[in-house]
Amino acid sequence: MDQIILQFINGLDKGSAYALIALGLTLIFGTLGVVNFAHGTLFMLGAFCAVVMQRILTLSAITIDPTQKDFLGRPLEVKTPYVELWFGHDIGQLLIDWAVPLSLLLAIPFMALVGWVMERGIIKHFYKRPHADQILVTFGLAIVIQEIVKQIFGANPIPVPAPKAFSGSLDFGVLLGFDPNVIVYPYWRLVYFLFSSVILAAVFAFLRYTTFGMVVRAGMADRETVGILGINIDKRFTIMFAIAAIVAGVAGAMYAPINSPNYHMGMDFLVLSFVVVVVGGMGSLPGAVLAGYLLGILESFASMNVIKDALPGIDQIIIYLTAIVVLLLRPRGLLGKRGVMED
Amino acid sequence: MTTSRFTRRGVLKTGAVAGAGVALPTIFTAGSASAFTNEPKGDTVTFGFNVPQSGPYADEGLDELRAQKLAVEHINGEGDGGMLNTFSSKALDGTGLLGKKVTYVTGDTQTKSDAARASAKSMIEKDGVIMINGGSSSGVAIAVQGLCQEAGIIFMAGLTHSNDTTGKDRKKHGFRHFFNAYMSGAALAPVLAKAYGTDRKAYHLTADYTWGWTQEESIKAATEAVGWQTVKTVRTPVGAGDFSSYLTPVLNSGADVLVLNHYGRDMINSITQAVQFGLRDKVVNGKQFEIVVPLYSELMAEGAGEAIKGVYGSMNWNWQLDNPGTKAFVKSFGEKYGRPPSNSAQTCYVQTLLYADAVARAGSFNPCAVIEALEDFDFDGMGNGPTFYRGADHQCFKDVLVMKGKENPTNQFDILEIVELTPRAQVEYAPDHPMFAGGTLGECNPGD
Repeated sequence: MDQIILQFINGLDKGSAYALIALGLTLIFGTLGVVNFAHGTLFMLGAFCAVVMQRILTLSAITIDPTQKDFLGRPLEVKTPYVELWFGHDIGQLLIDWAVPLSLLLAIPFMALVGWVMERGIIKHFYKRPHADQILVTFGLAIVIQEIVKQIFGANPIPVPAPKAFSGSLDFGVLLGFDPNVIVYPYWRLVYFLFSSVILAAVFAFLRYTTFGMVVRAGMADRETVGILGINIDKRFTIMFAIAAIVAGVAGAMYAPINSPNYHMGMDFLVLSFVVVVVGGMGSLPGAVLAGYLLGILESFASMNVIKDALPGIDQIIIYLTAIVVLLLRPRGLLGKRGVMED
Repeated sequence: MTTSRFTRRGVLKTGAVAGAGVALPTIFTAGSASAFTNEPKGDTVTFGFNVPQSGPYADEGLDELRAQKLAVEHINGEGDGGMLNTFSSKALDGTGLLGKKVTYVTGDTQTKSDAARASAKSMIEKDGVIMINGGSSSGVAIAVQGLCQEAGIIFMAGLTHSNDTTGKDRKKHGFRHFFNAYMSGAALAPVLAKAYGTDRKAYHLTADYTWGWTQEESIKAATEAVGWQTVKTVRTPVGAGDFSSYLTPVLNSGADVLVLNHYGRDMINSITQAVQFGLRDKVVNGKQFEIVVPLYSELMAEGAGEAIKGVYGSMNWNWQLDNPGTKAFVKSFGEKYGRPPSNSAQTCYVQTLLYADAVARAGSFNPCAVIEALEDFDFDGMGNGPTFYRGADHQCFKDVLVMKGKENPTNQFDILEIVELTPRAQVEYAPDHPMFAGGTLGECNPGD
């Protein structure tokens, strides 16, 4: 029983990352009709915002300490972060410790800019082109961005720890009446789950309850009519692209302590998030979220030793197996609209 | 008045005769002109450095490349000479190799066997390399080693730790300076038993390819020999990223030790996540839960940050070793690149010098002569103490380092400490040991 609860929590946690990425993807597909293979890269860029914030906060003044030696026996260069020099040791350390949450302040404007530049610079030229062209150009773009990040930050993952306050694990089992230490789950992963829930809710609320959202939804349903009504739908779609980039970016930034940022992490998520979108239904926002959680939970359960012993390797194919079954039985996806991707 | 005697027929006839005349010497001498694959003809000889520049082991690959470039500089007499000053063999004099300047080409293995083979093939066929040096990843090393055997090129393996490289997949043309999984087990198990006791229950998470499998087998055998039990072994895909679903079953498995048979980016992620899951704070069976990483690297330790503190592992070499070879290499590398070399860098550097030295001693680039020079070669001064290149399986034998993540690092590079230098005798085994059985070196193949 404890294993089932544990894997369920784990599935929700995994699913929240899938849902966040898939939401951005399907938002772009639904509004702009573009299949964006660079979306995983936006997630990766977000994670690197956390790295950059950490680097900014640890920018240091260098003093030479002749009493200590470096690895070549030369006097050691001692680094003291400027934030410590300016705000005192305690506040400086606190700021450095909270680099990941603080990085959201950087990620939001930066990702909005990246999204805007991408859409205006490249993607808008591909609206009327076939999906294959869109996939090629966005995939190419993803590789270019990835290589630039690799050149700047190197190929190795860069550890970006969560704030110390969230470094341990919550003993879930005790809350549910189990023995201590039976069901524990890392605080930061729980924070991530809550964070993604808030973001998902915010995006839905934005689309549902604002005039802007209403216009975008109308545009998703019938772009031409909205245009005829005198609304500049293109401008709104550019903003939607930027919003999708922000969603991917903040998802990446907060994910940094879970999976140390590396230049390739976007690609790791890309295929998976496409499967999530397809299973949920291309262009369906609730579908993406539902499929994200569903596949996350299925993947977690498939990793249980009892199941793996019975069906070796199931943990690695379960997601794709589910996708095949869903597509065979319901080609438009779980919550997909009739006619989308069915022709 | 002169009349031209050129006619179409006459020109063709003359051309044919002249053409045959020009071709004649090469037809008769082709065999002796190229006695073996890619025999260097001009005033240069080309090495091929085939390392992962992308993929989960990319950072190791980039450090290997730094070392390989340094080795070429030293062979050509540039820089301070590094380990050539401490190497017991004095065949290399810093004037290149047999009167030729050494050049190199590089390739990206992408940490994938097929990409590595394609890159090696192109180096052999297009660039005319005489030797290929590189890793990381045993899957890649074994694939490229097989290709080199077929092509008649020498393969000086870089970072490859699977028993199979010099076990069931050993090849006449492949040589490994790096240690292997068996040696890690033999060195680690006694230290682990001393630190954590003999009554322990281990849970293995293992990278699902040749290296992971042989490391799991070796560590399992070695720890069970000191009294440990193995609760469960679970295979994980290379490049999994999020290991949470593999880690949650560990929590209540009854195990009190987690062995991570992961490397590179995978190891950084799995250990970081294991620590986040509170594994190291757990008390199971009345004992503190522990994590072991049998194969360590400085770059991985740097990537894992805090998570690595107090964790045991093993290494082929470390820059903190106190011997003249190490000091010379760390000085050259450190002054050039501003950081100490990793153990993957050291093995590639040493392998490149060992190949060059073997060519110099053999007085020929012919692979058969080079193989003979390398087999059963005893040497010292390369940072690992007295070392022996066993002819029976082309595996180097030397001391093994047992390492531990440092609790209180004083600087960026001070992350691992040497716990023990396990003597060579303790990690030696017979060439037909069951974990290495089933392979034959085959015959020397000079190619062309």
